[in-house]
Amino acid sequence: ISQRPGSDKVRFPGAVDSKFTSEMAFSRPSTTPAMQTYRVMDSDGVIVDKQHEPSDVSDEEALTWYKNMLTVNIMDVIMFEAQRQGRLSFYMVSAGEEGIAVGSASALTDDDVIFCQYRETGVFAQRGMTIKQFMSQLFANKDDSGRGRNMPVHYGLERPRIFTISSPLATQLPQAAGAAYALKLQAMQNPNKPAGVVACYFGEGAASEGDFHAALNMAATRSCPIVFICRNNGFAISTPTLEQYRGDGIASRGIGYGIDTIRVDGNDIFAVREATKKARWMALEDGGRPILIEAMSYRVSHHSTSDDSFAYRARVEVEDWKRRDNPIIRLRKWLENKGLWNEELEQQTRTDLRAAILKEFNAGERAKKPPLKAMFTDVYENLTEEQEAQREELRKHLQKYPNEYHMNDYEGGIKG
Amino acid sequence: MSIPRAAGRRLARSWNQSHSHSHGYRPYSAAASPAARLNLPVDYKTTPLLHHAPSSLASSQELPQSATTKRINLYQAINSALRTAMSASDKVILFGEDVAFGGVFRCSMDLQMEFGSHRVFNTPLTEQGIAGFAIGAAAQGLKPVAEIQFADYVFPAFDQIVNEAAKFRYREGTTGASAGGLVFRMPCGAVGHGALYHTQSPESLFAHIPGVRVVIPRSPSQAKGLLLSSILECNDPVIFMEPKILYRAAVEHVPTESYTIPLSKAEIIKPGSDLTIISYGQPLYLCSQAISAVEKARKGVNIELIDLRTIYPWDRQTVLDSVRRTGRAIVVHESMVNYGVGAEVAATIQEGAFLRLEAPVKRVAGLTTHSGLAFESFIMPDVAKIHDAITQTLDY
Repeated sequence: ISQRPGSDKVRFPGAVDSKFTSEMAFSRPSTTPAMQTYRVMDSDGVIVDKQHEPSDVSDEEALTWYKNMLTVNIMDVIMFEAQRQGRLSFYMVSAGEEGIAVGSASALTDDDVIFCQYRETGVFAQRGMTIKQFMSQLFANKDDSGRGRNMPVHYGLERPRIFTISSPLATQLPQAAGAAYALKLQAMQNPNKPAGVVACYFGEGAASEGDFHAALNMAATRSCPIVFICRNNGFAISTPTLEQYRGDGIASRGIGYGIDTIRVDGNDIFAVREATKKARWMALEDGGRPILIEAMSYRVSHHSTSDDSFAYRARVEVEDWKRRDNPIIRLRKWLENKGLWNEELEQQTRTDLRAAILKEFNAGERAKKPPLKAMFTDVYENLTEEQEAQREELRKHLQKYPNEYHMNDYEGGIKG
Repeated sequence: MSIPRAAGRRLARSWNQSHSHSHGYRPYSAAASPAARLNLPVDYKTTPLLHHAPSSLASSQELPQSATTKRINLYQAINSALRTAMSASDKVILFGEDVAFGGVFRCSMDLQMEFGSHRVFNTPLTEQGIAGFAIGAAAQGLKPVAEIQFADYVFPAFDQIVNEAAKFRYREGTTGASAGGLVFRMPCGAVGHGALYHTQSPESLFAHIPGVRVVIPRSPSQAKGLLLSSILECNDPVIFMEPKILYRAAVEHVPTESYTIPLSKAEIIKPGSDLTIISYGQPLYLCSQAISAVEKARKGVNIELIDLRTIYPWDRQTVLDSVRRTGRAIVVHESMVNYGVGAEVAATIQEGAFLRLEAPVKRVAGLTTHSGLAFESFIMPDVAKIHDAITQTLDY
């Protein structure tokens, strides 16, 4: 196709709607204002714009969110300490980000499929993962769905589906796009199946990986029904965002991929929930498309139990964030303003949750590890001839050196 | 039989002795007919590795016997397998760079027209994206067949394949999720002028990864059966590497109906009793030519040729059984000799057939360098090198 004489528009295939200009002007990010951050309630738990009063939320539902956030918060404190005592190999808390996890998960249905990074324990809690299931995973015991194979906090849930967490960052993003495409195709092939989307969580550091780029581009070009949810908490281990990127956060990138994008206040559970709910609806509209949500927060905690964050940031800054703003306290204030919560309920609930967690903690810690066979199974669908040979070799070795290994900690002992 | 069999344990034999020809046999260099050049182009029209007439298909127990056949080349066989798989299951989807118009090697010809743009489509140019997308689609229950345009470009997807696809089922445990439905197809191997980035065969890198299966076919009929097996029957992620030099060159009769060939099962292409050659993919044709030359020159010598077909998990039993019979083994492949498939095969033979070995296991494989454009003919295994290895091993 040749250029029509006098046309004011580009006919190059790479940008068909671009108009010509005689003014040479570079587009400069520095002259563009930062994208706005959507919020529903302020730090006192007061709804800013009464039009956004959460009308579709029952009191009971709001209390469930609060309890789920509290569960994660209390479990974090106990497990962090347990790791310090050497009773657990590793742990990662999600302090400050409970609102993003619980708020977004509350907007999804059981037909939706979730991919996580690792700091989304609240998503699992909101989806019904029990304290026993958490503890089984953390202690890698026989009841762990991951068969004792993964590091702590690498949770997985079969139904409603949250794929098991893996350590390599951002790998879940293109996978989530592929899963979303599968949901779309399956819905086309079977219109009776309820439509679902994929929700995919990641931190702002992971967004620097090539897989982020691959995923957003593929999701956009294949029109996949997916909601990308970025937790921008200011740090990737020790690296502050200033060393992570120079654009306007992660949200500004969505536009470049042709993806409808919103930035929300991650400490505001209502803002996160409303944005996710709308994003889910948009993602299913017109045959499907990706949506990007950047939820702003602050990583109040250390990166993990292997990290001392005061080596790279001031203690006072962290304390300030803890005091000034926090998703749990914000929702608590809203609940108190509505007369749904008070100090007495708070104390009783905390006591009950702590007792429930400690009970499962003790049971989980004492439970046997999975049988030894589980080290080989699930590598392939069936054991290979070579694996059978190695199993036999290991069994003979254990018989020869029974005192060198703690095989009785494993279900079935040497016979497992 | 004219093979020297020195008495006693080989360990006692010194290196110098092994290179002397003091047994009264003529040295190998004189054994071959000096008039005949060894490194002639492979004559795919006459090679015994291909089914030139439908009648020879009957000799293979794995191929359907009553079938109607069609003479097609390797890319057409891949195309036929993909078409068969897509017809058999609406879970099968096909994507990658430039697959929509038929693919740069024509393997996906007409498939988008037949099955629609939702099942056959182009992706953006991102190998890690293609791999991740395939894993997600497989985890969600589809059977994605993802194409990497050249095996040389699979490395951006290495993390997704090694850390994700291969470990998916293992880390999911009892949730039952896996990436088992997926197949990564990729053209591989030398074409004579592919230089650094259109020549590589990274199979041994993947064979070091528990959780994936690595398959390389040698011919159109093998390609169709193995690919259908990989897509429709195998619940583990499969790396399916297609020797691109065979896409147009290897033509044979292929059953038109659907059939599968089992994975992790080697095939004895040519039985023999004096030496076992283990190879896979295109070099099998070179092995076949070298074997013909040796057997012609040395009456009574009978060499066994085994196609590994699945690189991992591989058929150790067939190889060990063979070497226990023949007492001698050579492994041939294009990729670099060091840490190549030959290293694993040779070590396994050493462990499993030690007392039966009459000679060291030889490896004829790519030299320890990159495949520089002008140097390919020196770097890759060829008929002369294989011929030389055979005579050395027989005369040991």
